[in-house]
Amino acid sequence: MTVDLASFTPVRSLAGGLLIGAASALLFAGSGRIAGITGVAAGLLPRSARADRSWRAAFALGLLGSAVLLALVAPTSMSAPAVSLPTLIVAGLLVGVGTRFANGCTSGHGVSGLSRLSPRSLVAVATFMLAAGLTVFVTHARGGGAQ
Amino acid sequence: MNARTVVAFVSGVLFSAGLVLSGMTHPAKVQGFLDVSGRWDPSLAFVMGGAIAVMAPIVALVRRRGRPLFDATLHEPKPKAIDGRLVGGSVLFGVGWGVGGLCPGPALVSLATGSLPIVAFVAAMLVGIWVVDRVSPSTT
Repeated sequence: MTVDLASFTPVRSLAGGLLIGAASALLFAGSGRIAGITGVAAGLLPRSARADRSWRAAFALGLLGSAVLLALVAPTSMSAPAVSLPTLIVAGLLVGVGTRFANGCTSGHGVSGLSRLSPRSLVAVATFMLAAGLTVFVTHARGGGAQ
Repeated sequence: MNARTVVAFVSGVLFSAGLVLSGMTHPAKVQGFLDVSGRWDPSLAFVMGGAIAVMAPIVALVRRRGRPLFDATLHEPKPKAIDGRLVGGSVLFGVGWGVGGLCPGPALVSLATGSLPIVAFVAAMLVGIWVVDRVSPSTT
């Protein structure tokens, strides 16, 4: 293992992490809700059985509205994955199905779940980090597109 | 507009800004973090570490208070068993995350680029979520 110092951005990444933590803390302290992206998205899809759509809609509006502004003022802050379209569609399906079965993703299980000391979240995070790490390892070893 | 709506909106704005600032909206950077065996970029450990450093003490404080500021009760998920659904789902998510370098938050935020690959990824992700909720909804 070598550390990629050219790409390493500890200050920006820590600042971004603090903001994500502040966002999650605000929602929990204000409304007692978990800022889980998958849960928010699931609750807004058509024919969702979930009640409490209004806070999810407000959260999504803030997230997407802010994203549009950021894309305008800092267009280089977002980039598309360097994999083929069919591969990306399969990846998207896996992410959607997987996070729904697991009841959470990097935000709900990662940030909020670990902060809540949830044993389920700890297992989920360890599992998806390991699976993701092995996947990148395998696709790189095969000289695949994940770079 | 009530306080809970404002709180959720501001939380969404901050969440988006945090994801963009942290570098999570660059799939190649995310894969550089996941690839411990290659040229490792440890940045994203700082994202998760920073987020938990803020969130964990607030969770402890709010739990001690027993209720949030603008609602009668906390809406924490009920404790459930660690089962195949949790582990299997996390494996599928991890594989998809490794392949695309996008998890749900950064994917939604990156919709703002209007790029076709991102739109296709998010559409597939939402279909996946929707299908699971139709075919095999969570029991909670």
